[in-house]
Amino acid sequence: MDLPIFALLAQDGITNGAVYALLALSLVLVFAVTRVIFVPSGEFVAYGTLTLAGLQLGKPPATVGLLVGMGVVAGAMEIFACVRNGEAGRIPRRVAAWTGIPCVLAGIGWWLATPELPFWAQILVTLMLVTPLGPLLYRIAYQPLAEASVLVLLIVSVAVHFALTGLGLWFFGAEGSRTPAFSASSFEVAGVNVSVQSLLVVLTSLALIVMLYVGFGYTLYGKALRATALNRVGARLVGIPPNLAGSLTFALAALLCSFAGVLIGPFTTVYYDSGFLVSLKGFVGAIIGGLVSYPLAAAGALLVGLLEAFASYWASAFKEVIVFTLIIPVLLWRSLATHHHEDDE
Amino acid sequence: MTGRRLPFGAFGYVAFVAVLAGIPLVAPEFWVTLGNYVGLYSIVALGLVLLTGVAGQTSFGQAAFVGIGAYTTAILSTHYALSPWINLFVGLALTLGLAFCLGLITLRMKGHYLPLATIAWGISLALLFGNLEFLGGHTGLTGIPALNLFGLELRNERYFYFLIWGIALLALWATDNLLDSRPGRAVRALRGHLGMAEAFGVDAARLKIVVFVYAALLAAVSGWLYAHLQRFVNPTPFGINQGIEYLFMAVVGGAGSVWGAVVGATLITLAKQVLQDILPALLGKSGNFEVVVFGLLMIVLLQHARDGVWPWLAQLLPRAAPAPVSDAEPLPSRARMATQGPLLEVRAARKAFGGLVAVNDLTFAIESGEILGLIGPNGAGKSTMFNLISGALDVTSGDIAFRGKSIVGCMPFEIARAGIGRTFQHVKLVPGMSVLDNVALGAYVRGSAGVFAAAFGLDRAEETRTKAEAARAIARVGLVPHVHDPAGSLPLGKQRIVEIARALAADPALLLLDEPAAGLRYLEKQELASLLRQLKGEGMTVLLVEHDMDFVMGLTDRLVVMEFGEKLAEGLPVDIQRNPAVLEAYLGGVA
Repeated sequence: MDLPIFALLAQDGITNGAVYALLALSLVLVFAVTRVIFVPSGEFVAYGTLTLAGLQLGKPPATVGLLVGMGVVAGAMEIFACVRNGEAGRIPRRVAAWTGIPCVLAGIGWWLATPELPFWAQILVTLMLVTPLGPLLYRIAYQPLAEASVLVLLIVSVAVHFALTGLGLWFFGAEGSRTPAFSASSFEVAGVNVSVQSLLVVLTSLALIVMLYVGFGYTLYGKALRATALNRVGARLVGIPPNLAGSLTFALAALLCSFAGVLIGPFTTVYYDSGFLVSLKGFVGAIIGGLVSYPLAAAGALLVGLLEAFASYWASAFKEVIVFTLIIPVLLWRSLATHHHEDDE
Repeated sequence: MTGRRLPFGAFGYVAFVAVLAGIPLVAPEFWVTLGNYVGLYSIVALGLVLLTGVAGQTSFGQAAFVGIGAYTTAILSTHYALSPWINLFVGLALTLGLAFCLGLITLRMKGHYLPLATIAWGISLALLFGNLEFLGGHTGLTGIPALNLFGLELRNERYFYFLIWGIALLALWATDNLLDSRPGRAVRALRGHLGMAEAFGVDAARLKIVVFVYAALLAAVSGWLYAHLQRFVNPTPFGINQGIEYLFMAVVGGAGSVWGAVVGATLITLAKQVLQDILPALLGKSGNFEVVVFGLLMIVLLQHARDGVWPWLAQLLPRAAPAPVSDAEPLPSRARMATQGPLLEVRAARKAFGGLVAVNDLTFAIESGEILGLIGPNGAGKSTMFNLISGALDVTSGDIAFRGKSIVGCMPFEIARAGIGRTFQHVKLVPGMSVLDNVALGAYVRGSAGVFAAAFGLDRAEETRTKAEAARAIARVGLVPHVHDPAGSLPLGKQRIVEIARALAADPALLLLDEPAAGLRYLEKQELASLLRQLKGEGMTVLLVEHDMDFVMGLTDRLVVMEFGEKLAEGLPVDIQRNPAVLEAYLGGVA
């Protein structure tokens, strides 16, 4: 292997790693606040790319229908919950929040989806349409189970992943899509060709990582969200509404994931079910960070990206095998680093 | 736990087997095929019932073990013309080795790492099946010979049905046996009561691996059957999606009972069949839409009936009365060598949590046959001292010797095996298990039956003696009317007494009681006190950690008083009551 190939592979690896890092971050974020292992993160990636691809065609993307549908279900669940708790007076506000807002956003998306819409605005509309799916998903699938064990939540997550993949096929169809790059230009540093697109991907990822790290570690809101994860009742007693914390977290995670979808769109063709493998690579990264540390998770994701890039050069048929087998030594290392005496929940 | 021994009586079993056996004799081909698949899936789901439902360890990767069973026999019988029956054992051996290694690595982790790891290696193995040349790549391997059973070629699906269900019923029987046995009780305690299980001599880390391997072996058997039923293999049915579906089967059916596996496999297989017919017609598109319904079904089920369908079904069936406990000779009493000097000696034990010294160079000893009270105000370090003796915490420095041998650095299960029994301040009983089973868990250290013996019913003699021993311990503490009640249904005071019975069933030389009177009402305290007096009369050595002075004064021979991690005083109860330093600590110097 000579230097140009090495540089190319490294650049590929770092770019992919930066996208996986966004996934890893969303996983760590969701786990830290809700104890949910966010298996369906990959579906949000796919929804992100496919929504942008739909907007490219100048037509309203299928996401509009999905958003309205989930809004109606969430609204119905709210009505049911209010009636059961004898709080019928709250119904209008709750329905306005859970059904009204998604419908308004879907309407805006529908109205804006014209061939004249500039590319940057298409990206914003994509994020606007996919992000609210996060809190809706939390409301429908996870909130009724918020007190359950990590394992039950994990099984629900896998079920959600199944359902969202199927819904993806239903709404977006079986064809794959690619989206255009932000920039096709490139420049040369010390004899190595660097594409602007890659650089943008890495820089935006890095910015988000720093924001999350600072936001969670050093602000009151971040601390409040983390407190919810440890003890929902305790958090409520000191004035943190746990359901709001969960919804906010899922919104943030959906934003990160759909943005990751926008970023990978130019590199690879994305199908309705492409997200799972991408999210699993984010997982490997997140697990390297022990599902708690943002910088470690990002570093892990970068490692996964590099490993994948070099594996595809030497043994392309086995690149996925190599990436997923990496998790075994990582787990071994973590298991040796963990103290033995721990009771299950 | 529902569905113990004979959940619906002998008649129910006969009816179940009759219906099963009748299907291939009368039903059309289509239903026999479905029945074959239900059988194959049930075998895998059964392993998950034990692993996930009972032991609390989730695996999404069982399909990969099915694949190993299937591919082993496919390769060996097509390339090397080996007999499928030899291949079965080669496949089992391979699975055992792999599952052991994977288990060793991942089972030490906290709950959620295992399922994530199983997803990862589930995907890796499935990708390997598809990418290795000699395994036939994505097209797979064809020409696998039919099974030959006593000279009969099983080419017909109807014949094969009997083999599949014969093995499935055998697995069902073995797993049910296992759950009602010495290792089974320990497995049932693993989920959420790991620390308690270890305190009664269970090597939890080892047992988890055993259960993991057991589930993997069942999956491999299912794969072997699958390969010879289909006569060809390709990677698709061993992928991660199928692995997830196996777990769904166990959860939908009810992962707490062996019958849940069969119910779940049946429901999911039928539902899938129906949905694959209906949905495309309904939606006007073709595609894998049943996953949407499955996903939604799972979410609704977990939100509203987390225990699955079986517990609900079991309510409708008549239940057989629990088997009476027969009297049997006691289990061998554990060697009581005469000890030179005190039974337990604590020498300058220190425990520091970072900068906080919870126990500061404490020294005391317990003589055989006495009740020693360890008392002190809240936060004095009593519970920490207790945990140092029971092995739940390691000392920072100093020594603790039991019968003259140091137990520092021993795991809790090793300390239990040495002859120290304990109770917990916060009651730790397996709530769904009967009082009898909970107490029988205490006798774990006195038995020897392993998983193999238990699964094949070779442990029945020891099991009868264990149950009789547990029943005697229950009689000793006066809980005979509650023998068959679920432990979780008793009031707190009685649960505390069950804890003591469980510790007694272990036949300990030293009994450690951690605040047994905490949270008890006056009358319950009286009953507890008279029980402890009775035990003392029988010559039991007891270390009693307590902060209720009245309770301790009338019971103990000697007292050690702790404050701020240090020993404040030691002596007879009457002297302690007049000790000015103790009065100062308890009453703030009023005296």
